[in-house]
Amino acid sequence: MNAKGFVHRYGDHVDTDVIIPARYLNTQSHQELAAHCMEDIDKDFIHRVKPGDIMVAGANFGCGSSREHAPIAIAASGISCVIAASFARIFYRNAINIGLPILECPDAAAGIRAGDEVAVDFDTGVITDLTTGSVYQAQPFPPFIKDMMAKGGLMASLKAGRAAE
Amino acid sequence: MGMTMTQKILAHHAGLDHVVPGQLIQAKLDLVLGNDITTPVAINEFDAAGFDRVFDRTKIAMVMDHFAPNKDIKAATQCKQCRTFARRFDITHYYDVGAMGIEHALLPEKGLVAPGEAVIGADSHTCTYGALGAFSTGVGSTDMAVAMAAGQTWFKVPSAIRVWLTGKMGPYVSGKDVILTLIGMIGVDGARYQSLEFAGPGVANLTIYDRLTISNMAIEAGAKNGIFPVDDVTRAYVSGRVDRPWTAYEADPDAQYERTIEIDLSTVEPTVAYPHLPENAHPAREGGDIAIDQIVIGSCTNGQLADMAAAAEILKDRHLAPGVRGIVIPATQEVYRQCMHLGYTDIFLDAGCIVSTPTCGPCLGGYMGILAAGERCVSTTNRNFVGRMGHVDSEVYLASPAVAAASGIAGHICHPQEVL
Repeated sequence: MNAKGFVHRYGDHVDTDVIIPARYLNTQSHQELAAHCMEDIDKDFIHRVKPGDIMVAGANFGCGSSREHAPIAIAASGISCVIAASFARIFYRNAINIGLPILECPDAAAGIRAGDEVAVDFDTGVITDLTTGSVYQAQPFPPFIKDMMAKGGLMASLKAGRAAE
Repeated sequence: MGMTMTQKILAHHAGLDHVVPGQLIQAKLDLVLGNDITTPVAINEFDAAGFDRVFDRTKIAMVMDHFAPNKDIKAATQCKQCRTFARRFDITHYYDVGAMGIEHALLPEKGLVAPGEAVIGADSHTCTYGALGAFSTGVGSTDMAVAMAAGQTWFKVPSAIRVWLTGKMGPYVSGKDVILTLIGMIGVDGARYQSLEFAGPGVANLTIYDRLTISNMAIEAGAKNGIFPVDDVTRAYVSGRVDRPWTAYEADPDAQYERTIEIDLSTVEPTVAYPHLPENAHPAREGGDIAIDQIVIGSCTNGQLADMAAAAEILKDRHLAPGVRGIVIPATQEVYRQCMHLGYTDIFLDAGCIVSTPTCGPCLGGYMGILAAGERCVSTTNRNFVGRMGHVDSEVYLASPAVAAASGIAGHICHPQEVL
Protein backbone atom coordinates (compact mmCIF):
# COMPACT_ATOMS: atom_id res chain seq x y z
CA MET A 1 0.00 0.00 0.00
CA ASN A 2 1.47 3.31 -1.09
CA ALA A 3 0.55 6.94 -1.56
CA LYS A 4 1.92 9.58 -3.89
CA GLY A 5 0.80 13.14 -4.37
CA PHE A 6 1.38 16.84 -3.90
CA VAL A 7 1.50 18.41 -0.47
CA HIS A 8 -0.96 20.74 1.25
CA ARG A 9 0.76 22.13 4.32
CA TYR A 10 -0.61 23.44 7.63
CA GLY A 11 0.78 24.46 11.01
CA ASP A 12 0.39 23.23 14.60
CA HIS A 13 -2.88 22.46 16.40
CA VAL A 14 -5.11 22.14 13.33
CA ASP A 15 -8.40 21.46 15.11
CA THR A 16 -11.40 19.49 13.91
CA ASP A 17 -13.51 22.68 13.89
CA VAL A 18 -11.41 24.03 11.03
CA ILE A 19 -11.13 20.64 9.32
CA ILE A 20 -14.93 20.55 9.15
CA PRO A 21 -16.84 23.40 10.85
CA ALA A 22 -19.69 22.28 13.13
CA ARG A 23 -22.23 24.24 11.08
CA TYR A 24 -21.96 21.47 8.47
CA LEU A 25 -22.43 18.59 10.91
CA ASN A 26 -26.12 18.38 10.08
CA THR A 27 -25.15 16.08 7.22
CA GLN A 28 -23.42 12.72 7.00
CA SER A 29 -22.83 12.92 3.23
CA HIS A 30 -19.11 12.38 2.64
CA GLN A 31 -19.10 14.57 -0.47
CA GLU A 32 -20.98 17.40 1.26
CA LEU A 33 -18.52 17.27 4.16
CA ALA A 34 -15.55 17.23 1.77
CA ALA A 35 -16.90 20.33 0.01
CA HIS A 36 -16.30 22.34 3.22
CA CYS A 37 -13.08 20.65 4.35
CA MET A 38 -10.52 23.19 5.70
CA GLU A 39 -12.57 26.14 4.44
CA ASP A 40 -12.17 28.29 7.56
CA ILE A 41 -8.37 28.38 7.25
CA ASP A 42 -7.86 27.55 3.56
CA LYS A 43 -10.79 28.45 1.31
CA ASP A 44 -9.06 27.20 -1.84
CA PHE A 45 -8.06 23.80 -0.50
CA ILE A 46 -11.06 21.98 -1.87
CA HIS A 47 -10.52 23.54 -5.32
CA ARG A 48 -6.78 22.80 -5.30
CA VAL A 49 -6.77 19.27 -3.96
CA LYS A 50 -6.29 16.41 -6.44
CA PRO A 51 -7.00 12.74 -5.71
CA GLY A 52 -3.96 11.22 -4.02
CA ASP A 53 -2.61 14.48 -2.59
CA ILE A 54 -1.00 14.45 0.84
CA MET A 55 -1.62 16.67 3.86
CA VAL A 56 1.37 17.63 6.03
CA ALA A 57 0.99 19.45 9.35
CA GLY A 58 2.70 20.27 12.62
CA ALA A 59 1.96 19.16 16.16
CA ASN A 60 -1.36 17.97 17.63
CA PHE A 61 -3.20 17.61 14.31
CA GLY A 62 -6.94 16.99 14.76
CA CYS A 63 -7.25 18.37 18.28
CA GLY A 64 -10.66 19.30 19.68
CA SER A 65 -13.99 17.70 18.93
CA SER A 66 -14.37 13.93 18.49
CA ARG A 67 -16.28 14.36 15.24
CA GLU A 68 -15.47 11.50 12.90
CA HIS A 69 -16.70 13.83 10.18
CA ALA A 70 -13.18 15.35 10.24
CA PRO A 71 -11.16 12.38 8.92
CA ILE A 72 -14.16 11.50 6.70
CA ALA A 73 -14.04 14.99 5.12
CA ILE A 74 -10.28 14.77 4.57
CA ALA A 75 -10.49 11.31 3.00
CA ALA A 76 -13.46 12.26 0.83
CA SER A 77 -11.60 15.35 -0.42
CA GLY A 78 -9.11 13.01 -2.08
CA ILE A 79 -6.26 13.19 0.42
CA SER A 80 -4.45 9.83 0.51
CA CYS A 81 -2.41 10.31 3.67
CA VAL A 82 -1.85 12.79 6.50
CA ILE A 83 1.68 13.25 7.84
CA ALA A 84 2.05 15.29 11.05
CA ALA A 85 4.57 15.90 13.80
CA SER A 86 1.93 14.49 16.17
CA PHE A 87 -1.80 13.75 16.26
CA ALA A 88 -4.49 14.35 18.88
CA ARG A 89 -5.62 10.99 20.21
CA ILE A 90 -9.30 10.90 19.23
CA PHE A 91 -8.48 11.99 15.67
CA TYR A 92 -5.76 9.34 15.46
CA ARG A 93 -8.20 6.63 16.46
CA ASN A 94 -10.94 7.91 14.16
CA ALA A 95 -8.63 8.16 11.15
CA ILE A 96 -7.53 4.54 11.55
CA ASN A 97 -11.10 3.41 12.13
CA ILE A 98 -12.34 4.97 8.90
CA GLY A 99 -9.28 3.93 6.89
CA LEU A 100 -7.48 7.26 6.41
CA PRO A 101 -3.72 6.52 6.56
CA ILE A 102 -1.85 8.80 8.97
CA LEU A 103 1.81 8.87 9.86
CA GLU A 104 3.55 10.56 12.76
CA CYS A 105 6.93 11.94 11.64
CA PRO A 106 8.26 15.20 13.12
CA ASP A 107 11.21 15.34 10.68
CA ALA A 108 9.01 15.00 7.62
CA ALA A 109 6.51 17.47 9.06
CA ALA A 110 9.33 19.99 9.49
CA GLY A 111 11.12 19.37 6.19
CA ILE A 112 8.42 18.90 3.56
CA ARG A 113 7.22 22.08 1.84
CA ALA A 114 3.83 23.00 0.41
CA GLY A 115 3.56 21.83 -3.20
CA ASP A 116 6.33 19.21 -2.96
CA GLU A 117 5.58 15.84 -4.50
CA VAL A 118 5.82 13.14 -1.86
CA ALA A 119 5.70 9.34 -1.95
CA VAL A 120 4.83 7.21 1.09
CA ASP A 121 5.49 3.49 1.48
CA PHE A 122 3.15 2.26 4.22
CA ASP A 123 4.92 -1.11 4.45
CA THR A 124 8.25 0.41 5.43
CA GLY A 125 7.18 3.83 6.78
CA VAL A 126 9.55 5.53 4.34
CA ILE A 127 8.47 9.01 3.22
CA THR A 128 10.28 10.38 0.17
CA ASP A 129 10.10 14.02 -0.87
CA LEU A 130 10.47 13.54 -4.63
CA THR A 131 10.90 17.30 -5.17
CA THR A 132 13.88 17.73 -2.83
CA GLY A 133 15.10 14.14 -2.66
CA SER A 134 14.90 14.08 1.15
CA VAL A 135 13.96 10.77 2.75
CA TYR A 136 12.26 10.42 6.14
CA GLN A 137 11.50 7.37 8.27
CA ALA A 138 8.17 7.03 10.08
CA GLN A 139 7.06 4.12 12.23
CA PRO A 140 5.18 1.78 9.87
CA PHE A 141 1.74 0.51 10.91
CA PRO A 142 1.65 -2.86 12.65
CA PRO A 143 0.13 -5.61 10.44
CA PHE A 144 -3.40 -5.49 11.92
CA ILE A 145 -3.69 -1.74 11.33
CA LYS A 146 -2.27 -2.11 7.82
CA ASP A 147 -4.83 -4.80 7.14
CA MET A 148 -7.61 -2.57 8.48
CA MET A 149 -6.43 0.29 6.25
CA ALA A 150 -6.26 -1.92 3.18
CA LYS A 151 -9.83 -3.06 3.76
CA GLY A 152 -11.08 0.50 4.23
CA GLY A 153 -11.36 0.83 8.00
CA LEU A 154 -12.56 -0.97 11.13
CA MET A 155 -16.13 -1.73 10.04
CA ALA A 156 -15.11 -2.83 6.56
CA SER A 157 -12.49 -5.13 8.06
CA LEU A 158 -14.96 -6.56 10.62
CA LYS A 159 -17.37 -7.25 7.78
CA ALA A 160 -14.66 -8.88 5.66
CA GLY A 161 -13.63 -10.96 8.66
CA ARG A 162 -17.20 -12.08 9.23
CA ALA A 163 -17.71 -12.97 5.58
CA ALA A 164 -14.55 -15.10 5.71
CA GLU A 165 -15.76 -17.06 8.76
CA MET B 1 5.21 -0.70 40.03
CA GLY B 2 2.04 0.82 41.42
CA MET B 3 -0.88 2.02 39.34
CA THR B 4 -2.68 5.34 39.02
CA MET B 5 -6.45 5.62 39.52
CA THR B 6 -6.99 5.49 35.77
CA GLN B 7 -4.76 2.44 35.35
CA LYS B 8 -6.57 0.61 38.17
CA ILE B 9 -10.00 1.24 36.67
CA LEU B 10 -8.80 0.12 33.24
CA ALA B 11 -7.14 -3.00 34.67
CA HIS B 12 -10.34 -3.94 36.46
CA HIS B 13 -12.47 -3.50 33.34
CA ALA B 14 -9.98 -5.54 31.32
CA GLY B 15 -10.03 -8.35 33.88
CA LEU B 16 -6.34 -7.87 34.63
CA ASP B 17 -4.52 -7.54 37.94
CA HIS B 18 -2.06 -5.07 36.56
CA VAL B 19 -1.53 -2.85 33.53
CA VAL B 20 1.35 -0.64 32.45
CA PRO B 21 1.42 2.53 30.32
CA GLY B 22 1.38 1.74 26.61
CA GLN B 23 -0.29 -1.64 27.07
CA LEU B 24 -3.19 -2.34 24.69
CA ILE B 25 -6.21 -3.78 26.47
CA GLN B 26 -9.81 -4.77 25.76
CA ALA B 27 -12.03 -3.24 28.42
CA LYS B 28 -15.67 -3.82 29.26
CA LEU B 29 -17.79 -0.66 29.30
CA ASP B 30 -20.40 0.48 31.80
CA LEU B 31 -21.90 3.10 29.48
CA VAL B 32 -21.70 4.09 25.80
CA LEU B 33 -22.82 7.62 24.94
CA GLY B 34 -23.67 9.49 21.76
CA ASN B 35 -25.34 12.73 20.74
CA ASP B 36 -27.42 13.87 17.77
CA ILE B 37 -24.33 14.68 15.68
CA THR B 38 -22.18 11.63 16.33
CA THR B 39 -24.86 8.96 16.79
CA PRO B 40 -26.23 9.10 13.21
CA VAL B 41 -22.75 8.33 11.86
CA ALA B 42 -22.50 5.48 14.39
CA ILE B 43 -25.92 4.12 13.38
CA ASN B 44 -24.85 4.07 9.73
CA GLU B 45 -21.74 2.11 10.68
CA PHE B 46 -23.75 -0.17 12.99
CA ASP B 47 -26.19 -0.98 10.19
CA ALA B 48 -23.50 -1.29 7.52
CA ALA B 49 -21.64 -3.82 9.67
CA GLY B 50 -24.82 -5.86 9.90
CA PHE B 51 -25.20 -5.71 13.68
CA ASP B 52 -28.73 -6.63 14.75
CA ARG B 53 -28.55 -6.26 18.52
CA VAL B 54 -27.08 -3.94 21.15
CA PHE B 55 -25.01 -5.38 24.00
CA ASP B 56 -27.23 -3.93 26.73
CA ARG B 57 -30.07 -1.49 26.09
CA THR B 58 -29.69 -0.07 29.63
CA LYS B 59 -26.03 0.84 29.11
CA ILE B 60 -26.37 3.08 26.08
CA ALA B 61 -27.21 6.78 26.41
CA MET B 62 -28.31 8.99 23.53
CA VAL B 63 -28.80 12.69 24.14
CA MET B 64 -30.26 15.05 21.55
CA ASP B 65 -28.42 18.21 22.58
CA HIS B 66 -26.15 19.66 19.89
CA PHE B 67 -28.62 20.85 17.26
CA ALA B 68 -31.76 20.20 19.33
CA PRO B 69 -34.42 21.54 19.55
CA ASN B 70 -33.91 20.87 15.84
CA LYS B 71 -32.16 23.83 14.24
CA ASP B 72 -33.09 22.94 10.66
CA ILE B 73 -34.47 20.15 8.49
CA LYS B 74 -31.16 18.30 8.31
CA ALA B 75 -30.77 18.40 12.10
CA ALA B 76 -34.35 17.21 12.47
CA THR B 77 -33.57 14.30 10.18
CA GLN B 78 -30.54 13.34 12.26
CA CYS B 79 -32.53 13.44 15.51
CA LYS B 80 -35.25 11.35 13.87
CA GLN B 81 -32.66 8.76 12.87
CA CYS B 82 -31.47 8.53 16.51
CA ARG B 83 -35.07 8.36 17.79
CA THR B 84 -35.93 5.53 15.40
CA PHE B 85 -32.83 3.56 16.43
CA ALA B 86 -33.57 4.12 20.13
CA ARG B 87 -37.12 2.82 19.66
CA ARG B 88 -35.95 -0.15 17.61
CA PHE B 89 -33.63 -1.34 20.39
CA ASP B 90 -35.70 0.05 23.29
CA ILE B 91 -32.74 2.13 24.52
CA THR B 92 -33.48 3.04 28.16
CA HIS B 93 -31.51 6.28 28.34
CA TYR B 94 -32.69 8.14 25.25
CA TYR B 95 -33.16 11.83 26.02
CA ASP B 96 -35.08 14.04 23.63
CA VAL B 97 -36.46 17.59 23.83
CA GLY B 98 -38.41 17.96 27.06
CA ALA B 99 -36.25 15.48 28.95
CA MET B 100 -32.81 16.19 27.58
CA GLY B 101 -30.04 18.39 28.83
CA ILE B 102 -26.48 18.93 27.70
CA GLU B 103 -25.13 15.39 27.85
CA HIS B 104 -22.22 15.86 30.26
CA ALA B 105 -24.38 17.75 32.75
CA LEU B 106 -27.32 15.38 32.29
CA LEU B 107 -25.59 12.03 32.79
CA PRO B 108 -24.09 12.82 36.21
CA GLU B 109 -27.36 14.46 37.29
CA LYS B 110 -29.33 11.33 36.35
CA GLY B 111 -26.86 9.05 38.13
CA LEU B 112 -25.83 7.33 34.90
CA VAL B 113 -22.14 7.50 35.83
CA ALA B 114 -20.71 6.22 39.12
CA PRO B 115 -17.20 6.26 40.57
CA GLY B 116 -14.97 3.49 39.23
CA GLU B 117 -16.98 2.96 36.04
CA ALA B 118 -15.59 2.98 32.49
CA VAL B 119 -17.44 5.12 29.97
CA ILE B 120 -16.85 6.07 26.36
CA GLY B 121 -18.79 8.67 24.48
CA ALA B 122 -18.80 9.88 20.91
CA ASP B 123 -18.14 13.38 22.17
CA SER B 124 -14.75 14.71 23.18
CA HIS B 125 -16.00 16.15 26.49
CA THR B 126 -16.97 12.71 27.75
CA CYS B 127 -13.89 13.11 29.97
CA THR B 128 -16.15 15.19 32.28
CA TYR B 129 -17.03 12.16 34.44
CA GLY B 130 -13.50 11.93 35.78
CA ALA B 131 -14.83 14.42 38.32
CA LEU B 132 -16.80 11.53 39.84
CA GLY B 133 -13.78 9.22 39.96
CA ALA B 134 -14.81 7.35 36.81
CA PHE B 135 -12.67 6.62 33.74
CA SER B 136 -14.31 8.29 30.78
CA THR B 137 -13.02 9.38 27.42
CA GLY B 138 -14.17 10.62 24.04
CA VAL B 139 -14.11 8.49 20.91
CA GLY B 140 -15.50 8.69 17.39
CA SER B 141 -18.66 7.30 15.88
CA THR B 142 -17.17 4.03 14.61
CA ASP B 143 -15.90 3.21 18.10
CA MET B 144 -19.36 4.04 19.43
CA ALA B 145 -20.97 1.71 16.89
CA VAL B 146 -18.70 -1.21 17.79
CA ALA B 147 -19.14 -0.53 21.52
CA MET B 148 -22.95 -0.47 21.19
CA ALA B 149 -22.74 -3.95 19.72
CA ALA B 150 -19.86 -5.40 21.73
CA GLY B 151 -19.99 -3.60 25.09
CA GLN B 152 -16.25 -3.27 25.06
CA THR B 153 -13.48 -1.43 23.27
CA TRP B 154 -9.70 -1.31 23.10
CA PHE B 155 -7.58 1.23 24.92
CA LYS B 156 -3.92 2.07 25.13
CA VAL B 157 -3.23 2.43 28.86
CA PRO B 158 -2.16 6.05 29.35
CA SER B 159 0.82 7.29 31.28
CA ALA B 160 -0.03 9.99 33.77
CA ILE B 161 0.57 13.56 34.83
CA ARG B 162 -0.22 14.28 38.47
CA VAL B 163 -1.75 17.68 39.18
CA TRP B 164 -1.07 18.39 42.84
CA LEU B 165 -3.53 20.90 44.25
CA THR B 166 -3.04 22.80 47.47
CA GLY B 167 -4.78 25.74 49.11
CA LYS B 168 -8.21 27.21 48.61
CA MET B 169 -9.61 29.40 45.84
CA GLY B 170 -10.31 33.04 46.58
CA PRO B 171 -13.57 34.90 45.88
CA TYR B 172 -14.87 34.84 42.29
CA VAL B 173 -12.45 32.05 41.37
CA SER B 174 -13.84 28.71 40.21
CA GLY B 175 -12.92 25.43 38.57
CA LYS B 176 -12.89 27.17 35.20
CA ASP B 177 -10.07 29.45 36.28
CA VAL B 178 -8.12 26.44 37.59
CA ILE B 179 -8.37 24.47 34.34
CA LEU B 180 -7.63 27.52 32.15
CA THR B 181 -4.59 28.19 34.35
CA LEU B 182 -3.45 24.58 34.01
CA ILE B 183 -3.90 24.54 30.22
CA GLY B 184 -2.01 27.84 30.11
CA MET B 185 0.86 26.15 31.96
CA ILE B 186 1.12 22.94 29.92
CA GLY B 187 -0.40 23.88 26.54
CA VAL B 188 -3.12 22.35 24.38
CA ASP B 189 -1.07 19.22 23.82
CA GLY B 190 0.67 19.21 27.19
CA ALA B 191 -1.13 16.05 28.29
CA ARG B 192 -1.56 14.45 24.86
CA TYR B 193 -2.40 10.73 25.21
CA GLN B 194 -1.95 10.99 28.99
CA SER B 195 -4.25 11.00 31.98
CA LEU B 196 -4.44 14.01 34.27
CA GLU B 197 -4.64 12.70 37.83
CA PHE B 198 -5.78 15.43 40.22
CA ALA B 199 -4.68 14.97 43.81
CA GLY B 200 -3.52 16.81 46.91
CA PRO B 201 -5.09 18.56 49.88
CA GLY B 202 -6.64 21.25 47.64
CA VAL B 203 -9.05 18.71 46.10
CA ALA B 204 -11.24 18.78 49.23
CA ASN B 205 -11.74 22.52 48.68
CA LEU B 206 -13.26 22.04 45.23
CA THR B 207 -17.00 21.52 44.82
CA ILE B 208 -18.24 18.73 42.55
CA TYR B 209 -19.13 21.44 40.01
CA ASP B 210 -15.58 22.84 40.06
CA ARG B 211 -14.33 19.31 39.46
CA LEU B 212 -16.82 18.66 36.63
CA THR B 213 -15.59 21.81 34.88
CA ILE B 214 -11.94 20.88 35.38
CA SER B 215 -12.34 17.29 34.13
CA ASN B 216 -14.51 18.52 31.24
CA MET B 217 -11.63 20.53 29.79
CA ALA B 218 -8.92 17.86 30.27
CA ILE B 219 -9.32 17.19 26.52
CA GLU B 220 -8.31 20.81 25.90
CA ALA B 221 -4.85 19.87 27.15
CA GLY B 222 -4.92 16.83 24.86
CA ALA B 223 -5.54 14.44 27.76
CA LYS B 224 -7.29 11.11 27.43
CA ASN B 225 -9.06 11.75 30.73
CA GLY B 226 -8.85 13.90 33.85
CA ILE B 227 -9.73 12.15 37.08
CA PHE B 228 -10.36 13.13 40.72
CA PRO B 229 -10.12 10.98 43.83
CA VAL B 230 -13.40 9.89 45.41
CA ASP B 231 -14.11 11.71 48.68
CA ASP B 232 -17.03 12.96 50.76
CA VAL B 233 -17.84 15.58 48.14
CA THR B 234 -18.20 12.82 45.51
CA ARG B 235 -20.22 10.62 47.85
CA ALA B 236 -22.61 13.45 48.69
CA TYR B 237 -23.20 14.07 44.97
CA VAL B 238 -23.77 10.46 43.86
CA SER B 239 -25.82 9.57 46.92
CA GLY B 240 -29.48 9.56 45.92
CA ARG B 241 -28.55 9.58 42.22
CA VAL B 242 -26.73 6.25 41.82
CA ASP B 243 -28.50 3.24 43.28
CA ARG B 244 -26.16 0.49 42.04
CA PRO B 245 -22.99 -0.58 43.86
CA TRP B 246 -19.83 1.24 42.84
CA THR B 247 -16.15 1.17 43.68
CA ALA B 248 -13.85 3.99 44.74
CA TYR B 249 -10.38 3.37 43.31
CA GLU B 250 -7.33 4.95 44.87
CA ALA B 251 -3.96 5.51 43.26
CA ASP B 252 -1.19 3.33 44.70
CA PRO B 253 1.31 5.28 46.81
CA ASP B 254 4.04 4.17 44.39
CA ALA B 255 2.07 4.93 41.21
CA GLN B 256 4.27 6.33 38.45
CA TYR B 257 3.74 9.82 37.07
CA GLU B 258 5.71 11.26 34.17
CA ARG B 259 5.64 14.59 35.94
CA THR B 260 3.86 16.52 38.66
CA ILE B 261 2.37 19.98 38.17
CA GLU B 262 1.71 21.93 41.34
CA ILE B 263 -1.06 24.50 41.61
CA ASP B 264 -1.72 26.51 44.78
CA LEU B 265 -5.42 27.28 44.40
CA SER B 266 -5.09 30.44 46.48
CA THR B 267 -2.91 31.95 43.73
CA VAL B 268 -5.34 31.24 40.88
CA GLU B 269 -6.91 34.39 39.47
CA PRO B 270 -10.03 34.87 37.36
CA THR B 271 -8.60 33.80 34.01
CA VAL B 272 -9.55 34.28 30.37
CA ALA B 273 -8.28 32.24 27.40
CA TYR B 274 -7.87 34.54 24.41
CA PRO B 275 -8.38 33.44 20.79
CA HIS B 276 -7.66 31.04 19.22
CA LEU B 277 -6.43 28.39 21.64
CA PRO B 278 -7.50 27.50 25.19
CA GLU B 279 -3.84 27.77 26.25
CA ASN B 280 -3.77 31.55 25.71
CA ALA B 281 -4.51 32.25 29.37
CA HIS B 282 -4.51 35.84 30.66
CA PRO B 283 -5.67 37.40 33.94
CA ALA B 284 -9.22 38.75 33.52
CA ARG B 285 -8.17 42.02 35.17
CA GLU B 286 -5.93 42.80 32.19
CA GLY B 287 -8.74 42.59 29.61
CA GLY B 288 -10.01 46.17 29.95
CA ASP B 289 -9.15 47.10 26.37
CA ILE B 290 -11.15 44.26 24.89
CA ALA B 291 -14.69 45.45 24.15
CA ILE B 292 -17.25 42.69 23.69
CA ASP B 293 -20.52 42.12 21.81
CA GLN B 294 -21.92 39.03 23.50
CA ILE B 295 -21.66 36.79 26.53
CA VAL B 296 -22.71 33.14 26.65
CA ILE B 297 -23.21 31.43 30.02
CA GLY B 298 -23.86 27.70 29.78
CA SER B 299 -22.53 24.55 28.00
CA CYS B 300 -21.29 21.18 29.25
CA THR B 301 -18.43 23.09 30.87
CA ASN B 302 -20.38 25.67 32.86
CA GLY B 303 -24.12 25.07 32.66
CA GLN B 304 -24.71 23.63 36.12
CA LEU B 305 -26.77 25.25 38.88
CA ALA B 306 -23.59 26.43 40.62
CA ASP B 307 -22.61 28.21 37.40
CA MET B 308 -26.03 29.85 37.16
CA ALA B 309 -25.70 30.94 40.79
CA ALA B 310 -22.29 32.50 40.15
CA ALA B 311 -23.65 34.43 37.18
CA ALA B 312 -26.81 35.47 39.05
CA GLU B 313 -24.77 36.82 41.96
CA ILE B 314 -22.99 39.22 39.62
CA LEU B 315 -25.98 40.11 37.42
CA LYS B 316 -28.43 40.76 40.28
CA ASP B 317 -29.68 44.36 40.15
CA ARG B 318 -27.31 45.12 37.29
CA HIS B 319 -27.75 45.36 33.54
CA LEU B 320 -25.66 44.38 30.54
CA ALA B 321 -23.73 47.25 28.98
CA PRO B 322 -25.44 48.85 25.96
CA GLY B 323 -24.79 46.78 22.86
CA VAL B 324 -23.92 43.56 24.70
CA ARG B 325 -26.15 40.52 24.07
CA GLY B 326 -26.46 37.99 26.89
CA ILE B 327 -27.37 34.34 26.33
CA VAL B 328 -27.87 32.12 29.37
CA ILE B 329 -28.38 28.38 28.87
CA PRO B 330 -29.06 26.22 31.92
CA ALA B 331 -27.65 22.81 30.99
CA THR B 332 -30.57 20.57 31.94
CA GLN B 333 -34.32 20.74 32.50
CA GLU B 334 -33.68 20.43 36.23
CA VAL B 335 -31.16 23.29 36.28
CA TYR B 336 -33.63 25.33 34.22
CA ARG B 337 -36.40 24.65 36.73
CA GLN B 338 -34.15 25.48 39.70
CA CYS B 339 -33.17 28.77 38.04
CA MET B 340 -36.84 29.70 38.02
CA HIS B 341 -37.47 28.60 41.60
CA LEU B 342 -34.41 30.38 42.95
CA GLY B 343 -35.21 33.61 41.11
CA TYR B 344 -32.15 33.41 38.82
CA THR B 345 -34.30 33.53 35.68
CA ASP B 346 -35.76 36.88 36.75
CA ILE B 347 -32.29 38.17 37.53
CA PHE B 348 -31.07 37.16 34.06
CA LEU B 349 -34.09 38.66 32.32
CA ASP B 350 -33.88 41.88 34.35
CA ALA B 351 -30.22 42.15 33.37
CA GLY B 352 -31.17 42.03 29.71
CA CYS B 353 -30.23 38.39 29.01
CA ILE B 354 -32.24 35.71 27.30
CA VAL B 355 -32.65 32.31 28.95
CA SER B 356 -32.70 29.35 26.59
CA THR B 357 -33.79 25.75 26.80
CA PRO B 358 -30.80 23.39 27.11
CA THR B 359 -28.73 23.12 23.92
CA CYS B 360 -25.06 23.03 22.87
CA GLY B 361 -26.07 25.47 20.08
CA PRO B 362 -23.74 28.47 20.29
CA CYS B 363 -20.70 26.68 21.78
CA LEU B 364 -19.88 24.99 18.49
CA GLY B 365 -21.31 27.64 16.20
CA GLY B 366 -24.42 25.60 15.54
CA TYR B 367 -27.17 28.12 16.25
CA MET B 368 -28.60 30.32 19.05
CA GLY B 369 -25.89 32.95 19.20
CA ILE B 370 -23.68 32.82 16.09
CA LEU B 371 -21.10 35.62 15.80
CA ALA B 372 -20.62 37.94 12.80
CA ALA B 373 -17.24 39.02 11.43
CA GLY B 374 -15.38 41.20 13.92
CA GLU B 375 -17.61 40.31 16.88
CA ARG B 376 -16.25 39.22 20.24
CA CYS B 377 -17.84 36.94 22.79
CA VAL B 378 -16.88 36.09 26.36
CA SER B 379 -18.12 32.54 26.74
CA THR B 380 -18.14 29.97 29.50
CA THR B 381 -17.73 27.25 26.86
CA ASN B 382 -14.60 25.22 26.18
CA ARG B 383 -13.10 26.08 22.78
CA ASN B 384 -12.05 29.32 21.14
CA PHE B 385 -10.76 27.93 17.84
CA VAL B 386 -10.98 29.91 14.59
CA GLY B 387 -14.66 30.06 13.57
CA ARG B 388 -15.79 28.01 16.55
CA MET B 389 -18.78 30.23 17.32
CA GLY B 390 -19.44 31.69 13.90
CA HIS B 391 -17.54 33.79 11.37
CA VAL B 392 -13.83 33.04 10.98
CA ASP B 393 -13.12 36.67 11.87
CA SER B 394 -15.05 36.50 15.15
CA GLU B 395 -13.35 35.94 18.50
CA VAL B 396 -14.21 33.77 21.50
CA TYR B 397 -12.75 34.45 24.95
CA LEU B 398 -13.17 31.56 27.39
CA ALA B 399 -13.98 32.41 31.00
CA SER B 400 -15.93 31.45 34.11
CA PRO B 401 -19.60 32.40 34.61
CA ALA B 402 -18.57 35.14 37.06
CA VAL B 403 -16.10 36.69 34.60
CA ALA B 404 -18.53 36.38 31.68
CA ALA B 405 -21.33 38.02 33.67
CA ALA B 406 -19.07 40.84 34.90
CA SER B 407 -17.67 41.41 31.41
CA GLY B 408 -21.21 41.67 30.06
CA ILE B 409 -21.98 44.41 32.57
CA ALA B 410 -18.72 46.27 31.95
CA GLY B 411 -18.86 45.86 28.16
CA HIS B 412 -15.27 44.65 28.20
CA ILE B 413 -13.33 41.78 29.73
CA CYS B 414 -12.88 42.34 33.45
CA HIS B 415 -12.37 40.87 36.90
CA PRO B 416 -15.73 40.53 38.70
CA GLN B 417 -14.58 43.00 41.36
CA GLU B 418 -14.62 45.78 38.75
CA VAL B 419 -18.42 45.76 38.58
CA LEU B 420 -19.27 44.97 42.21
